[in-house]
Amino acid sequence: MPAKPLSLHVPEPGCRPGDTPDFSNFEIPRAGEVTRPAVDVDPNEIRDMAFSIVRVLNKKGEAVGDWAGALSADELREGLRHMLTLRVYDERMLTAQRQGKTSFYAQHLGEEAVSCAVAGALAKGDMNFPTYRQAGLLIAAGYPLETMMNQIYSNAADPLKGRQLPICYSSKEHGFFTVSGNLGTQFLQAVGWAMGSAIAGDTKIAAGWIGDGSTAESDFHAAMVFASTYRAPVMLNIVNNQWAISSFQGIARGGVGTFAARGHGFGIPAIRVDGNDYLATRAVASWAAERARSGHGPTLIEYVTYRAGAHSSSDDPSVYRSPEEAAAWPLGDPIERLKSHLIVLDEWSEERHEQAKAEAMDTVRTAQKAAEANGTLQDGAQPSPRDMFDQVFKDMPPHLVRQRQEAGF
Amino acid sequence: MARMTMIEAIRAAHDEAMAADDRVVVFGEDVGFFGGVFRCTQGLQAKYGKQRCFDAPINESGIVGAAIGMAAYGLKPVIEIQFADYVYPGFDQIASEAARIRYRSAGDFTVPLVIRMPAGGGIFGGQTHSQSPEAIFTHVCGLKTVIPSNPRDAKGLLLSAIEDPDPVIFLEPKRLYNGPFDGHHDRPVVSWKNVDEGDVPEDDPVPLGKAKVRREGADVTVLAYGTMVHVAQAACEETGVDCEIIDLRTLVPVDLPTIAESVKKTGRCVVVHEATRTGGYGAELVSLVQEACFYSLETPIERVTGWDTPYPHAQEWDYFPGPERLGAALKRVMEA
Repeated sequence: MPAKPLSLHVPEPGCRPGDTPDFSNFEIPRAGEVTRPAVDVDPNEIRDMAFSIVRVLNKKGEAVGDWAGALSADELREGLRHMLTLRVYDERMLTAQRQGKTSFYAQHLGEEAVSCAVAGALAKGDMNFPTYRQAGLLIAAGYPLETMMNQIYSNAADPLKGRQLPICYSSKEHGFFTVSGNLGTQFLQAVGWAMGSAIAGDTKIAAGWIGDGSTAESDFHAAMVFASTYRAPVMLNIVNNQWAISSFQGIARGGVGTFAARGHGFGIPAIRVDGNDYLATRAVASWAAERARSGHGPTLIEYVTYRAGAHSSSDDPSVYRSPEEAAAWPLGDPIERLKSHLIVLDEWSEERHEQAKAEAMDTVRTAQKAAEANGTLQDGAQPSPRDMFDQVFKDMPPHLVRQRQEAGF
Repeated sequence: MARMTMIEAIRAAHDEAMAADDRVVVFGEDVGFFGGVFRCTQGLQAKYGKQRCFDAPINESGIVGAAIGMAAYGLKPVIEIQFADYVYPGFDQIASEAARIRYRSAGDFTVPLVIRMPAGGGIFGGQTHSQSPEAIFTHVCGLKTVIPSNPRDAKGLLLSAIEDPDPVIFLEPKRLYNGPFDGHHDRPVVSWKNVDEGDVPEDDPVPLGKAKVRREGADVTVLAYGTMVHVAQAACEETGVDCEIIDLRTLVPVDLPTIAESVKKTGRCVVVHEATRTGGYGAELVSLVQEACFYSLETPIERVTGWDTPYPHAQEWDYFPGPERLGAALKRVMEA
């Protein structure tokens, strides 16, 4: 009997432009349903957490379950201000890119809670190895907005001297490792940094960051092997925002399991969390940080969120996904959800929220004015061409001295 | 003064560096308990403990990437890639990350890291245990690339590489691990223990970026490194051409003044390496010599290299650029 011809399975998202978004197959547990295990739990006992979703905020805006309750109203308001600042910052910088003041920008719209909340789980001296979509870590750590903008404008005050693509910030002081721009490489470096801390007998931990699409990189696997083998004190963060440019998350993993479930083969505890729930995100990150700091090793966390904006200033998502999908996303908007919670607690109001938004806008505008006085990519003061040749090595070797002279600097 | 093999010299450099600085950590495939497949790290785990010398999973990207993280943390990792032929999975971490982190962060983060790997053929290793990939690294800005030709330099250069504040690629000619080798594969094996070149003085640093004139001569400058330094010596003796043999030792940054001074004196130049020819490091050397010494050259510069094929198994000695091929080139430049 002749064999039936084979055919290649190529996964497709449920919704393309022109289709009606449908998240009915997306299983969302009730807030409070997933319980909080002890930090020294045997990973095998919490395997189901890789298939569920830790949630704290319910539809009414109440914090429920045993992952709730650790944060004061002041801390929650601070978190809300960080997210509001990041959202306004994104708007202003995206506009600045459209005005030609910089070449490139990538916004966080819809996933502001992830980086802002995880920042609160880390301590001074810990080190993030971020991707290009975790600027909330810097804002929450108090890195000056003006300095961030100087980097985006590649102006004369850019701490990175105009060498690096916009948004690839670096600040050791603020626990933010230089962003590569290549994908996946830094997930592994975070594990190495954490191993270094353990070798040195230090108490610091590292946080690796990767997107859903980049978990397909070999370095993801390498990071998991090393983290597992050496029980590195590291928090391994997967930001699942559903889309890797135009490729839906199914391209990186087929339709099988979850990204978090990849931790199981390595014996690494794996948790999925509602990434649009500031309280849940912070609670799970704090659990992982405590686990790492007390010597129990790595944790793999999948933050389930949605990239409501374009991948970057170079991208037009209307070509590959429905424009209605963001509004249909069932986990809502992280800012609106935290705002509602604070109002339920009687610690916030619509008026205060509008005032906070205006303050965030004012802060960002002031920083932008100051940054633009230092120049933009097109106008005003710029880094010296001489800077191009510095710091390839600590000491400039003779061939680079010759090339710098040849270039006329 | 002790006489040692290159393996013992490399081991001694690790030992000295680890004794002097707690930040020096050593890892790679099989390097811990076993001490490496070539035994270059033998005894280090027993002496310095498992935290500072340990086995790594078989994942070169993982080894390099983890080492970058450790270096950024503040340690000084010295890692072993079991064979240079295995380095390619780690290449992204080397070229896109280690080499650029100081530059892209404007010095906020740095990567003091030594990546050791045995390179070159002559041991019937076939295409997966014989390659000389130096040009792949010399083409990457932000890396230094080093190849010793004897135990004394292996120790001195490795200590300098560990001291260096930037990533260093350290290629070890595996055919020179146990003794000098001049390409006469049909002759008895010589141990470093039986030749003066096996002497390794104590406290003898060898700086990066400095070449060494192995033989002074008047007729032709031979630019060589690693195993080819010994091939050059044999070819020189066997042809009677009065060669000035320069052992480059460091390929980036290269010691151009020493090269130029010699070529201006001899007026002739032959470049030799075991790696494939097209786009090889020899092409860079030829360009540098042409730029610096054009008006001193009496004949065209010759290149003697491995062929542009994968490194074959049975045909190893047809591939390897031995003293006969180099000798023919020496005669050609003298007769031209």
